[in-house]
Amino acid sequence: MKLKNISLLATLALTATGLGAADKPVLDAKMKAAVDKMIAVSFPAGENQDLSRLKQDETIQTCNIYRDNVPEKLAAEITARETKSIKYPADGKLMGDWKKGQKYYTMGFAYRIGTVEPDDPKKDRGGNCYACHAAEPKEVAYGTIGPGLTGYGKLRGAGDDIVKYTYEKIYNSQAFTACSQMPRLGHNGILTPEKIADITAFLVSPESPVNK
Amino acid sequence: MKHLKTGRATLALAALLALPGVGGAQEMVNAEAYRAALQDKFANPGTMVGDRGETLFKTPRGPKNASLEKCDFGLGAGKLAGAYAQLPRYFKDSGKVEDLESRLVTCMIKLQGFSHDEVTRKVFGDQTKNESNTDIEAIAMYVASQSDGMPINPPLKHAKEKEALKMGEALFYTRHGPMDFSCKTCHGEDGKRIRLQELGNYASNRKNAQDTMKTWPTYRVSHGMVRTLQSRMWDCNWQMRLPDLAYGSPASVALISYLSQQAKGVALDLPGMKR
Ligand code: HEC
Ligand code: HEC
Repeated sequence: MKLKNISLLATLALTATGLGAADKPVLDAKMKAAVDKMIAVSFPAGENQDLSRLKQDETIQTCNIYRDNVPEKLAAEITARETKSIKYPADGKLMGDWKKGQKYYTMGFAYRIGTVEPDDPKKDRGGNCYACHAAEPKEVAYGTIGPGLTGYGKLRGAGDDIVKYTYEKIYNSQAFTACSQMPRLGHNGILTPEKIADITAFLVSPESPVNK
Repeated sequence: MKHLKTGRATLALAALLALPGVGGAQEMVNAEAYRAALQDKFANPGTMVGDRGETLFKTPRGPKNASLEKCDFGLGAGKLAGAYAQLPRYFKDSGKVEDLESRLVTCMIKLQGFSHDEVTRKVFGDQTKNESNTDIEAIAMYVASQSDGMPINPPLKHAKEKEALKMGEALFYTRHGPMDFSCKTCHGEDGKRIRLQELGNYASNRKNAQDTMKTWPTYRVSHGMVRTLQSRMWDCNWQMRLPDLAYGSPASVALISYLSQQAKGVALDLPGMKR
C-alpha cells in the first residue's frame, strides 16, 4: 500500500475545514460537568431507552471541549487513535459489490430508539449517504452537508491507495479529519466492514453509475 | 358556519399540499403555493386545534376540578396576551426556567392536581396511528396564539435565565449518540440541506432563527396535526439516534431558550404552517 496519497488527502481535508488554527477550549471543566449533568437528567431511563448512547468517547469529548476546532496536537492524537480503530472485512477485500453498495449508500441509518417512534431493531441499516452527499447524477434528492461525490472514481482513479482511503474514510471519518462532521459509521457500529466495502465499490468502481 | 368554511378550506389545502415521501421539485413549488394560501388563518387547521385548546383551558379538570385560567405564564395569573412571546423565563414558584409546555405541566400539577406522570405520559399525538392532537398540544397552541403578532422577547435578567441560555448554547454544540451529531452538524451553516429539506442555520444566522421560531407551534402538513417546540426538540434528538428527550426537561428548555434568544425581536406569526 502506498501511504503517500493518503496523508496528502488527509492534509487537504484538514485545510479545507480550517482546522489549521489552534483554538482555545470553549467548554471549561465546570461548564462541561454542568452540561453532562443536564443531559443525564433530561434523558431518563426506561423502556427502549439505551442510555449508553449518551456516553461520549474520548475523541468526541475533545471535539466538544473545542467546539470541533481542536489544536493541531490534539487533532493528531485523534486521527491516530481513530486510525487504530479501523477494522477490515474478514476476506481482506476492500472493494465489494457496487450494486449492493448503491443500496447501502441510499438506505437510511434506521437505529432510532425510544418509545415514541422507534425503528425495528432488526431493520437493515444503510449509510444514508445521500442525506449529506450527492453521488449518482440522476439522484437529485441529495443533501449538501458533505462535498458532492459525483464522479468520485472517475476523478481519482481506482488504485489501491484510493480504495483504501475511501474504505477507511467511511469506516472512520476522523481517522483523517479530527472532529469531522461525518459520522464514524464503521467505528460506531452503524455499518459492517462488508457493507463499507460495497459502498467503496459504489464510489470507486468504473462500472458504478457514480462514475458514468 | 365558521367551522364549515374552515373545513372546506382545509380540504382544498390538503389537496394542494399532499406531499409524497420525498417530494423533489414538487415540494418546492408547493412551498410557494402554501405560503400564499395560508395568509388566511382560518384556513390553517391549527386554528381549530387552538379553539379546542381554549375550551380545555377554561374547563375545570383534574382531581382539583380547576381550570387553567389562574395559570401564570409570567405576566400574572390568567394574563395570556403576549405571555408566550416572553418565554422561556424564570418562575419563582417552581424555581426553574420554564418554556410554555413545561409551564403547562407545572400548572396542571399545581392547579389541577394531576400527577407529573399523568400529564407527561402521552404528550404527542401520533400521526402514524391517525391520532389527533393531545390535550396539552391543543392547549399550547391556544396559549401561544394569544401572542400572535408580538415580538419574541424572552427576559434575560435572572441568573437562571442567563444560565439556561448558556447551557442551551453549549448543548447546541454538544456531539453525542451513535451518529456523532450535534445540532450544529445540521444547523450550523447557511444554505445546507439534508436530502431536499432545507436546514436553518441557528448558530449564526438571525434571520433563519427568526423565520423558524416565529411559526411555532405550527400545523405540520406532513403530520396532519399541530406540532410544538417540545415535539421538535424531541424529534431532532430522535433523528440523532438518542434516547427520548424528556418533555419539559432542563435540556429541552435550555435549547428552546437558546433558539428563542437567537430569534429575538421577530413578530410571532401563529399558528404556523410547515411541511
Ligand atoms: C451528516 C453528514 C454526512 C453523512 C451522513 C455522510 N457524510 Fe461523508 N462527509 C461529510 C462531511 C461534512 C465531509 C467533509 C469533511 C471530511 O472530509 O471529513 C465528508 C467527507 C466524505 C468523504 C471524503 C471526500 C473527499 O474529498 O476525500 C467521503 C469519501 C465520504 N464523506 C463518503 C461518505 C459515505 C460513503 C457516506 C455514507 C456511508 C457518508 N459519507 C455519510 C458528511 C457526511
Ligand atoms: C441530522 C440532522 C439534524 C440534526 C443533528 C438536528 N436537526 Fe433540527 N432539523 C433537521 C431537519 C431535517 C429538520 C426539518 C426541516 C424541514 O422539515 O424542512 C429540522 C428541523 C428543526 C427545527 C424546526 C425548523 C423549522 O423550520 O421550523 C428546529 C427548531 C431544529 N431542527 C432544531 C434542532 C436542534 C435544537 C437540534 C439539536 C438538538 C437539531 N435540530 C439537530 C435536521 C437536524
